Parts: sequence; structure tokens; C-alpha cells
Amino acid sequence: MSELYERPKSILPNASSYCPGCLHATATKIIAEVIDELGVKDKAIYVLPVGCSTQGLVSWDLDIIGSAHGRAPAVATGIKRCRPDCLVFCYQGDGDLASIGLAEIMSAANRGENITVIYANNSIFGMTGGQMAPTTLIGQKATTAVTGRQLLGTGYPLKMCELIKELDAPRLVVRCSLRTPAGIKKARASILKGFKNQLEGKGFSFIELLTNCPTTWHTDALGSLDFMEKYTEKYFECRTFTDKEERFGE
Amino acid sequence: MEKRFMKGCEALAEAAVRAGVRFFAGYPITPQNEIPEYMSRRLPEVGGVFVQGESEIASVNMVYGAAATGVRAMTSSSGPGISLKCEGISYLAAARIPALIVDVSRGGPGLGSIQPAQSDYLMATKALGHGGHRLMVFAPSTVQEIVDLTYSAHDFAERDRNPVMILIDGCLGAMMESVALPEMREPKPESQSGWTLGRREGETRGAHLISPIYEAGLEGLNRQFGERTARWQKEDVMVEELYLDDAEYVLTAYGMAARVARQVTEDLRREGYKVGLIRPITLFPFPKESFRKLVPGTVKGVIDIEMAIPGQMSEDVAASLPQGIPLYEYGHSGGVLLDDADTKAAVLDIISGNKEARA
Ligand SMILES: Cc1ncc(C[n+]2csc(CCOP(=O)(O)OP(=O)(O)O)c2C)c(N)n1
Ligand code: SF4
Ligand SMILES: [Mg+2]
Repeated sequence: MSELYERPKSILPNASSYCPGCLHATATKIIAEVIDELGVKDKAIYVLPVGCSTQGLVSWDLDIIGSAHGRAPAVATGIKRCRPDCLVFCYQGDGDLASIGLAEIMSAANRGENITVIYANNSIFGMTGGQMAPTTLIGQKATTAVTGRQLLGTGYPLKMCELIKELDAPRLVVRCSLRTPAGIKKARASILKGFKNQLEGKGFSFIELLTNCPTTWHTDALGSLDFMEKYTEKYFECRTFTDKEERFGE
Repeated sequence: MEKRFMKGCEALAEAAVRAGVRFFAGYPITPQNEIPEYMSRRLPEVGGVFVQGESEIASVNMVYGAAATGVRAMTSSSGPGISLKCEGISYLAAARIPALIVDVSRGGPGLGSIQPAQSDYLMATKALGHGGHRLMVFAPSTVQEIVDLTYSAHDFAERDRNPVMILIDGCLGAMMESVALPEMREPKPESQSGWTLGRREGETRGAHLISPIYEAGLEGLNRQFGERTARWQKEDVMVEELYLDDAEYVLTAYGMAARVARQVTEDLRREGYKVGLIRPITLFPFPKESFRKLVPGTVKGVIDIEMAIPGQMSEDVAASLPQGIPLYEYGHSGGVLLDDADTKAAVLDIISGNKEARA
């Protein structure tokens, strides 16, 4: 018998502990496939955030460092500056990156750090049980906004790509949705591009992935995809914001 | 050995470079700006990296990442910034990453004062962040001692895979003295390669995981840390003792305050007073034995002298003193420096029985 579909080499054969239908799992898979495709498993260093994806600690077969909540881009900066020969990337949730870690992500992006940041935006604090995030949609329910997020007092959902694209240093700023196979394909190509940029010394790449959280959204897998189609993708526009070819600093 | 006339902060930075430090990240704050300024010029000369972080939080996390690759890394700040670094220091301890943290202290609490003070003793020795971890804390009192302790700080950090702290105050940091500089040590990141991030070309090994999270096994780690603290207490205490064999009154002070206490001790000795001095060099582990061995009756009192009100180290002194030896406090804070003459007068006042012991 021949194997038609293999587990990516940088993923351990451990059971995933993500909830059924969670797109963190899809993101994990495509990142691992890109690492295989580039043949960079031995030089990859993965900086994990605090959030549901911290569970990656037990699923990845890469050099891994767990960071404090929101600080992954600073940790990655320290690593990359000392080991420019390695592929250093962060994976961060929206609470991690767009709330507590806003200073770290904006500053790393503005410095043009030669790292790749993959940002999984599910518009909720998943791990802590569904509290409102800066990215929670207006009207979307959360445990700290039980009647739905209101504009007054909480403002608008934060659009990270739109913020980062205003900086001159970033080489790639792109938002994709993991809702459909086409979106997944685009996300995979964007991650590939983000890693290549780093390997070629081009500088900072930012790939936002729209994801879900069926558990705290109180729906099932399909219901969460419906929600993404109807609401998330309407507010968070999926497109390439920046794609520059030149190396940063030249 | 190379001799130079240097400021405390700059001597500290040069000693760190000579000890093999090749990564520095920090954020400006008085009175330690000379350290990042010096490092920004000096590190590129030796192939090292300087990053001005966007905050103390970012800086300590950059050190967390850099040190995780096996490079000797450090950061420095003063009280308000050390407060922010505490999160990162706790993570360094949990993830078992060696690093050097320097606190050049000023008056507190709050924004306090940029003037020198010893206001961070409690934070440094009891709780640099949440979780109950401890750091070895070194408190030099001369510029030469700053150099010597900085030069060996990473040896302790790497031995224990734990951050270490050097605590000085703004006065010592700005003071110029002549120093003998040790030789340049070439960094050896590969000496740490059993646990660090990033395979070298051709290196085949399993993946390394550096994690501040312990789903299981946290109690084991806590226990290990407790045992390590006990080992420090047995093997790593550094203290200077003067005239303890016949002292009736023992002064105790660290860092900058110890310079004044030493002067007063020598002056009073010359005048026939039987005084002695205990100068803790490691604030943690604290030199408990130096106090425990004092004999009630023979020693009529211990006088704690600090640039902090109320005294902070005095809590550890009190906890180590045998019953029957009263403890007195004298000090200034908030940027008011200690003065030889006033301190001597205060000590004489205590010796004459005009002052109440610490409650
Ligand atoms: C300093 C600090 N504050 C709060 C927390 C608690 N916390 C853990 S995960 C999390 C939010 C995670 O949300 P997100 O980044 O969106 O990730 P998700 O779980 O949704 O993927 C929070 C607030 C923490 N670990 N550390
Ligand atoms: S709580 Fe939400 S984000 Fe976390 S694993 Fe479950 S579905 Fe995924
Ligand atoms: Mg989230």
C-alpha cells in the first residue's frame, strides 16, 4: 500500500487537544506543510504565545520556546538577532497580539525584524472562556459582553493588517480566511511567502488568518463557518495589503 | 591587568562585555542610562547585538529569546523599569534561562525620585515577579567590586540556569574610581547547547523545548528551586566582616551605604569604640550566619544603615539576629545621601542609649 496523505514531518503523532472544528488545527497543519516544503525543519524556531495555541507545545517536533502573553515578537527578536541563520516565527492569537501584545507587535513590525508572524484572529479570548477581545465584532456576544459588543465604551474591532500596513518596514501584510479550501490555499501560499521573505533576509512578514472558536461562540463547526462568512469576513477584508520585494534596509 | 578610571555603570558594562555578554536590550531610565549607551557603542565592536526595546517588558523578553540561544544576555534598568521586567524575570526563572539583570536603584515608590536610594532591596531579594522563584542578588560597594561581580555573574546564572541580579544604586553607578579590568573572555554559546534553541549546521539532535509552563511536574520544579536556595545558603554566601571578634556594636550595610558604614567603623575604632561591620555582598543568599553567631551580652546592639526608610535589609537582619541583641536603624531615603559625620553622630547616639531599638 502506498501512503497518499502523510503527517507533516514537524508534527508529532500526538492527539490534538483542540476542540472539534477548531481552525487552529488547520493552521498548524498548513504551517507544518510549508516547513516540509521548504525543508527547514532543522532550522526552524517556533515562538509560542499564550492562548489555545499554547497547546502546540505537545504537537510540534521543532525547537520551541513558550513566551509570556503578548511578548512573542520581542522574544523572537532576541532569538533572531542572535541566530540569523534560523527561521524564527511566532504564532499568536488576537488577545495575545492585538490586546496585551500591541506594543510588541507594532514595534517589531516597525523595526522590520526579519521574522514571520502568523496571527490567528478568532475575535475572542478562546482559552480563558470567551471574553471580549479587541477584535470581537460589534454585536458579537462574549462572556464580558453578554448582550453583544457595543460601540460605546469598547470602540471598533481592531484591524491589525490595516494598522501594520501603514508602517514602511513590513514586506508582507496579508489577511486570509481559513473558512474555505480556497482560503486555506491562499493562507498556505502566504505563509510560504512569509517564510521565504525571512530566509532571503527581506524582513518582517505578517500573515493574519481568520479563524473560529466554535466552543466559545456557542455553535458547532459548520455554524462557526457560517458566522465567519456572514460577519467576520464582512468586517475583516481578506486581501494582500503589502507585498514588497526589496530587502529591508537596502 | 588593564587599569582604567571609570564610572560605575560604564565599568559594569565593560565587565559584562569582557565576561562574554553579547546581547543587551534595554529602555532608557535614569540613573542607568550609561549602561545602554555604553553597550550601544561597545557591543557592535565585539560582534554583539544591542537593541533599544520599546519598553522594559519588551527588553527583558528580548533577553529571554537571546539567552535561550545560549548567548550571554543582559538588561538593566532602575526601580520603575525593574517592576515591569518582573514578568519577564519570572518567566526566565520558570523556563530556566540564565541572564543578567542589573538594577541601578533610585528613590521609590512610584516614579519616586531619580536620585540614588536603596529602595529595591525587598523587590530584589523577595519577589522579582510572581511565583516564588529566587535570584542570586549581588550588591557591590566599589567600582572594582562592580567589575568583579559582573564578570562572574553569568557563571552563576549558567550553573543554575537561572537569572541573576546585580543591585547597585545611582550613586555607585555614577561614581568614578580606578579599576583593573579582567581579560576578554570569548563567549561559548555551545557550552549551553544541551538545552538551547537553534541547531547548528550539521547538528543532529531531537527538538528542544523551552517552556515556562508546567502542566505536571510544577511541584517538582518548586521543590528543586527550594533545594537550590538551600544550596546557595550553604555554599554561595558572600560577606565582608570587620572587627567582629571584639565588637560591642555591629554596623551593617550593603552597597553605597556600606562605604559610609565602613568609614564610621574605622573612625570610631580609632577613637577606641569597639565597633564592627557586617557587609552583605550577596543580598540573596543573605549572610544569616554572620548575624546568628553574634553573642548576646557581648554584642550590645546591631545598627542597620540603609539609604531606605524604613530599612528593608533590616527585616532580614532582624530575622537572623539571636534573641537579646537589639537592632537599631539609621538611614536616609528619597535621594538624601548618607553623610559620614551625621552617620557617625547617629551611631554614637545609639551607643549612648539615646535611641530606641527597632520594634
Ligand atoms: C499576563 C497574562 N494575562 C492574562 C492571561 C490569561 N490568558 C490566557 S490566554 C488569554 C487570551 C487568549 O486569547 P487569544 O490570544 O485570542 O487566543 P485564543 O485562545 O483565542 O486562540 C488570556 C487573557 C495570561 N496568561 N497572562
Ligand atoms: S476554545 Fe476555541 S480556540 Fe480554543 S481550542 Fe477550542 S475552539 Fe479552538
Ligand atoms: Mg482569540
